[in-house]
Amino acid sequence: MSWYKPADVGFATRNWLANLGYGARLFIRLLATFGPSLKRFGLVRDQIHFLGNYSLVIIAISGLFVGFVFGLQGYYTLLRFGSTEALGQLVTFTLVRELGPVVTALLFAGRAGTSLTAEIGLMKAGEQISVMEMMAVDPIQRVLAPRFWGGVIAMPLLAAVFSAMGVIGGWVVGVLMIGIDAGSFWSQIQGSVDVWRDVGNGIIKSIVFGFTVTFIALLQGYQSQPTPEGVASATTRTVVVASLAVLGLDFILTAMMFTK
Amino acid sequence: MMQKPEFPAFVFFMPLSSTAALVELRRLTFGYGERIILDDISLSVPRGKVTALLGASGGGKTTILRLIGGQIRAQTGQLLFDGQDVTPMNQEQIYAARRRMGMLFQFGALFADLSVFENVAFPLREHTDLPESLVRDIVLMKLNAVGLRGARDLMPSEVSGGMARRIALARAIALDPELVMYDEPFSGLDPISLGTAANLIRHLNDSLGLTSIFVSHELEQTFAIADHVIILANGKVAVQGTPDAVRSSTDPLVYQYVHALPDGPVRFDYPGATVEQDFGPAQAPAPLKSGAAA
Repeated sequence: MSWYKPADVGFATRNWLANLGYGARLFIRLLATFGPSLKRFGLVRDQIHFLGNYSLVIIAISGLFVGFVFGLQGYYTLLRFGSTEALGQLVTFTLVRELGPVVTALLFAGRAGTSLTAEIGLMKAGEQISVMEMMAVDPIQRVLAPRFWGGVIAMPLLAAVFSAMGVIGGWVVGVLMIGIDAGSFWSQIQGSVDVWRDVGNGIIKSIVFGFTVTFIALLQGYQSQPTPEGVASATTRTVVVASLAVLGLDFILTAMMFTK
Repeated sequence: MMQKPEFPAFVFFMPLSSTAALVELRRLTFGYGERIILDDISLSVPRGKVTALLGASGGGKTTILRLIGGQIRAQTGQLLFDGQDVTPMNQEQIYAARRRMGMLFQFGALFADLSVFENVAFPLREHTDLPESLVRDIVLMKLNAVGLRGARDLMPSEVSGGMARRIALARAIALDPELVMYDEPFSGLDPISLGTAANLIRHLNDSLGLTSIFVSHELEQTFAIADHVIILANGKVAVQGTPDAVRSSTDPLVYQYVHALPDGPVRFDYPGATVEQDFGPAQAPAPLKSGAAA
C-alpha cells in the first residue's frame, strides 16, 4: 500500500467503506434481534451472568482504588483553597459524570470484550458457526444477539457499581483516614448532585458505551480470520478500537450533555 | 454375495413427482474469482443410496457439499435438491431446505461449551417445542445409534476425535434428515475407528432410509460401503457409477487414482523449470582422484 498510487488509495478506501457498511448492517441486524431475544431471555440472562458477574470483582476493586486516589488528591487540592468539605461533591461529580462510565467501559473492553471476541473467533475457527448455519440456525440470532444484549444490560449496572465503590473509597480516605466531617461530606453530595443532570446523563453514557464496546467486540470476533493469528489480532483490535471509540464518544457526549 | 435390488423397496411408495436423484447438479460452474473449482459439472446423487465423492485434494469435493447446503452459491448452472434449485433461494428458503439435511464436518465441530447430550439436543431445542422427556428420549436414541449413549455427560474436550465425529453424526441425524453429508469422515482415524465410521454410514443409511454423500480419500472402505462413486478431477467428473464400474475404468486418470500411482496424468512434479534448466546438462560423473585422500 503506497499513498502516492491512486489505485492503492482507491482500493483501501473502498475496502474501508465496505467494512463500515458491513459493520452498520450487522449493527442494525443486532438491534432487530431485540424482540426475539426477549422471547428467549434465558440465553441473555446467562450472558449477563457471564459478562457482568465475572467482571464484578475487577470493576468493584478498581472503583474502590480510584475513589481512594480521588479522596487523597482531591483533599490536598481543595486544601489550597480551604474548601475540603467539598471533597464529597468533587469525588461524586467526577465518578458519576465521567470516570464511572468511561473507566468501566475500558475495563469491560479488556475483561469481557476480549473474551467475547476470542470466543466467537474460536467458534468460527472450529467451524461451530458454519455447523450452526447448516442446521438452519441463524448464528447472529443464536450466538451474537444474547451476548450483545447481555453486554448492553450489564454495562450500566457495572458502571453504577464502579461509581458507588468510588464514592465509598473517597469516603474511606476523606472521612475515616483524613478526618473531614462526615456530615458535610454527605450533605455536599446530596445538595449538589442532581438525579437527572448528573446521574441520569452518566447512565445514558454507560448505555451508549455498552452498545459500543459489546458491538465492537462481537464485530471483531465475527469478522476475524479463523486462525490462531486471526483470533489474536482480532482480540487486540477489540481493545484498541473499543478504547478509542469510548474515549472519543465520551468527549462528544460530554459536550452535548454538560455545556451550556 | 447377495445381489442388491436396483431400488430400495420404499422408492415404489414415493409420490410420482420425486425422481430417482435427491441431489442433481446440472452444468454447474463455481469458482473463487479467476480460479475455477468446478467447471460445467453435472452429476446426480441417487435417492436412498450411499454416494462417495472422491478426487485429489483441493478438487472441489467439499465445495460440492457446501453448494448443496447453500453456504456458497454457484455462478452458473442449477443445483437441484429434491427437484428445487438451491442457487436462487433466499435465506428463509435455504433454511427450510437445510432442515431436511444433516452435515457432518471434518472434525465434528461440536459446540465446546455444551455437553455431549446438549450438543445432540441442540437442533431439537432450536427447531422444535418438544417436551423435555421426549428430547431426552430422542437424544439417547440418536446417541445409541452411534454407540455413545454412555458418553452423554462428557464435554467435547473429553472425547477423542473419532468419538467427536460420531457425536456430531448423532447431532446431524437428530431431526431425521433426508440427506446426510459427511465431509471426510475417515481422515485421521485409527483402523478400528475407521471401520466403525464406515459401517455406521452404511448402517444408518439403510436403517433410517437416508441418502448419504461422503467425501473421502480412503479407497478401501469407500469402495466397500458405497453404492455410487463419483471421481472428480480438474473440476470435472472423471467417472461416476457403481464401485465395480469405477474400479475397472480404463480412463488413465481414474486408473492412477484407483491404483494410487504416484505419477500419471496427475504429475508428481510440480510444474516449473526442467531439471536441465536448474542443474545444467547431464554429464558423466568426474573420475575419483585416488591420491587426494592420502
